[in-house]
Amino acid sequence: MEPALAILIGVIVAASLYLMLSGNMVRFLFGLVLLSNAANLVIFVGGRLTYAAPPLVPEGLYAPVGVVANALPQALVLTAIVIGFGLLAFALVLVHRAYQVLGTVEGDDMRVAEPRADKG
Amino acid sequence: MTAVASTERPAASGAAERVWRLFPALLSASAFLWFLTFLPVIGAGEVVRVAWPWVPGMGIELSFLIDGLALVFALLITGIGALVLLYTASYFATHPGLWRLLILLGLFELSMLGVVLADNLILMFVFWELTTVTSFLLVGFDHEKADARAKALQALLVTLAGGLALLAGILLLGILTGTFEASALSAHSELIQDSGFYVVIVVLVLLGCFTKSAQFPFHFWLPNAMAAPTPVSAYLHSATMVKAGVYLMARLNPSLGGTDLWFWTLVLFGGVTAVLASVWALRQTDLKLALAYTTVMALGALTMMIGIGHDYALAAASAFLVVHALYKAALFLTIGILDKKAGTREVDQLGGLGRKMWATWLVAALAGLSMAGLPPFFGFISKELLYEAVVTAPAVPILVVVFAFSASAMMVAVAAAVAVKPFVGAPTKAAEKAGEPPFGMWIGPAILAGLGLVLGVLPAFTGSFFVLPTALSIAGQPVEAKVALWHGINLPLILSILTIATGVVIYLKLSAIRGALAGAEARGIWDAERGYDWSLANLKRFAAWQTDAIQTGRVTDYIFWTTASLGALLWWAIVAGGFIGVPALQALPLIEWAILGLIAFASIAVAVTHSRLIAIVGLGVVGIAIAGIFVLYGAIDVAMTQLLVETLFVVIVVVALLKLPRLRTAFAHWQKGPRWGHATLSAVVGAGVTVALLAVLETDLDRRITTFFEQESAPSAFGRNVVNVILVDFRALDTFGELAVVVIAALGAYALLRLKAERPEPKGDAR
Repeated sequence: MEPALAILIGVIVAASLYLMLSGNMVRFLFGLVLLSNAANLVIFVGGRLTYAAPPLVPEGLYAPVGVVANALPQALVLTAIVIGFGLLAFALVLVHRAYQVLGTVEGDDMRVAEPRADKG
Repeated sequence: MTAVASTERPAASGAAERVWRLFPALLSASAFLWFLTFLPVIGAGEVVRVAWPWVPGMGIELSFLIDGLALVFALLITGIGALVLLYTASYFATHPGLWRLLILLGLFELSMLGVVLADNLILMFVFWELTTVTSFLLVGFDHEKADARAKALQALLVTLAGGLALLAGILLLGILTGTFEASALSAHSELIQDSGFYVVIVVLVLLGCFTKSAQFPFHFWLPNAMAAPTPVSAYLHSATMVKAGVYLMARLNPSLGGTDLWFWTLVLFGGVTAVLASVWALRQTDLKLALAYTTVMALGALTMMIGIGHDYALAAASAFLVVHALYKAALFLTIGILDKKAGTREVDQLGGLGRKMWATWLVAALAGLSMAGLPPFFGFISKELLYEAVVTAPAVPILVVVFAFSASAMMVAVAAAVAVKPFVGAPTKAAEKAGEPPFGMWIGPAILAGLGLVLGVLPAFTGSFFVLPTALSIAGQPVEAKVALWHGINLPLILSILTIATGVVIYLKLSAIRGALAGAEARGIWDAERGYDWSLANLKRFAAWQTDAIQTGRVTDYIFWTTASLGALLWWAIVAGGFIGVPALQALPLIEWAILGLIAFASIAVAVTHSRLIAIVGLGVVGIAIAGIFVLYGAIDVAMTQLLVETLFVVIVVVALLKLPRLRTAFAHWQKGPRWGHATLSAVVGAGVTVALLAVLETDLDRRITTFFEQESAPSAFGRNVVNVILVDFRALDTFGELAVVVIAALGAYALLRLKAERPEPKGDAR
């Protein structure tokens, strides 16, 4: 499963970069969502996969029995999902606000910080 | 003006303050006396070295060394320093910036002492750059004048550029030999000279020396540095700082010298500098500028002597080093007196001052005679050594004799122009109000000029305590040279007589020569400074072009280049690390194939669709399918969180998109067709991620931390869900930080939503 997931991650990254490169801020946001998902999968796969064995300690014992899934990447991914959501929500509001103020969602038309030179 | 007024009150003229302002001179004089106590040791041919560890890991020590060369420099720096500080206290008696000047001069003196005493080249470089910085502040002393600021900056940029090259050279030397101690380098001279880096090292080190010591074609900054007050020019830009380059060439001569490259580079650059500078000196009507060019000439002559490199040449360099510092500082200070008392430095406006300023004339005459090289002055001894050196030069003696002879003859003429012309003839208008300077201004130059005579009539003392120990340091071995006033009638003596005769002729024809040179200059010949202006202008133009090219102001460009750089780095690491391998794909159950296929299909659909509904649905599918993967592989909590967040996200995006432009407008550019360039770049980077991840999966996983959590979570933290225990117990602070991030994001979003929507007036740039 790991090699197949690695290939899938490559596909998701490619799709997300293609979206981000477009310069349209809405598409950029979509790309960001895909990229967070890909990053989470990288962490998850990097900790190796164990089929259907959650890291739980059975009642009455002091350690999991047998080989269970790697708990550490799971904890990291959990944190990453929540942070990713916070980032995304804020970015979405930012794009919304930029549209209200500037009247565009095209990144190349947002030129307040770096105005066009006279010749251009 | 207000800033100056607040920091620099007009000098308080209280009696106590008048005594205090002599204090820096006193300190410097004490240092001079202390260094004098080393004379017997050094005269016996020994060296004194002390060292403390500084950065031992990099072989950098706080090491100081006193040998003949270092001691002569230290005596010049502290001795002339004391007299200049004394002179300054009188020269700027009523100037509000007196203390600033005294302190800067003191700082410079310490830095310069560091340059000549440091044995460790890195330490030497630190002091070297400190002299550059203090020189910048001193040249720009009249910081309210734009001209002074520009010239200070020029001196700074030229010497800093050379300093960078020098640092590179020093580092190469250190890496090659394993030591940064100048005293230890000479033992490695064969290693250095046989290595492939020798030429590079010589070029880099000489770039530093030539810029610092104003060799052609970097000479132009030195005359321009005459924007500094006269005491500063006398001290930094004739006697000490500009000799730092010469000092370093002398210091490294045992390690780098003795090759054809060293000989030809130093002789040609030094000789050409000496001759050109003396011609420029004749051209000047401002006496201070004329002296500045003669300083360049002296630096050229010193460089040439070090390049020739046999015993007499090094003895000549050692003698000339001292004699030049003495007479040149004295003459500069005398020009300062004339400037102050007669109100001008222009040679045409000065005349007949001798009657009213006979004491000043005495000083000028003593220094001028030494400069012209007449017996029994030290200048004569030095010139005899110079001629002895050039007539016995190991290669091209004719060429170096011509260099030395023409430069010396022109020096005679300039000496006369400075020491004779202002004091004789009919009194000019400027002479009417002139008078003798106060004692404090007179005594400094008087001592310096007098020393030129004293050292000249005591050649045996001068030779054994100053000239020969210095030459020994430069050569790295004892040198044989006869330091005396009378060598019998020989070729050097005849050359000396011819020199003085030629010099007098040039002096008598000076007006005509000056006119001719001015004409040539007006036609635009000899303008090396144009190169500096050109470089500076083009540097600015290049910076503007580069900023335009990189900072286009288009977000798409920024994202493109960031992505491309990421891809390049990723693939470089993969290829350089040899991480490419073909993985074995195991057979997967149908459900897993279905999930993977679904995610891939949905991702690509989001990327290529121009319907926002399809995009949102696609994103939802990707998120939920990934939650499925989490479920399959034992990550129940992660899957629950993913589902929750995904649901929330879809709801929020749907609401938000209602407020954003309709899809067809938002994705209008899509109708231009697919962007194949972007698609290729994305595919390349995506493939890079895959390959990198496969390489990671090939390595062994270190499960120690996981094992610790598994073992400890039930006994220590009383929790049976290991993931939950990690989040809320072992790594609780991380979770707390995560919550803080989410809260801040929520607050930010809330603030943005509540801001009153206001559309700024379109400024033509925001369409």
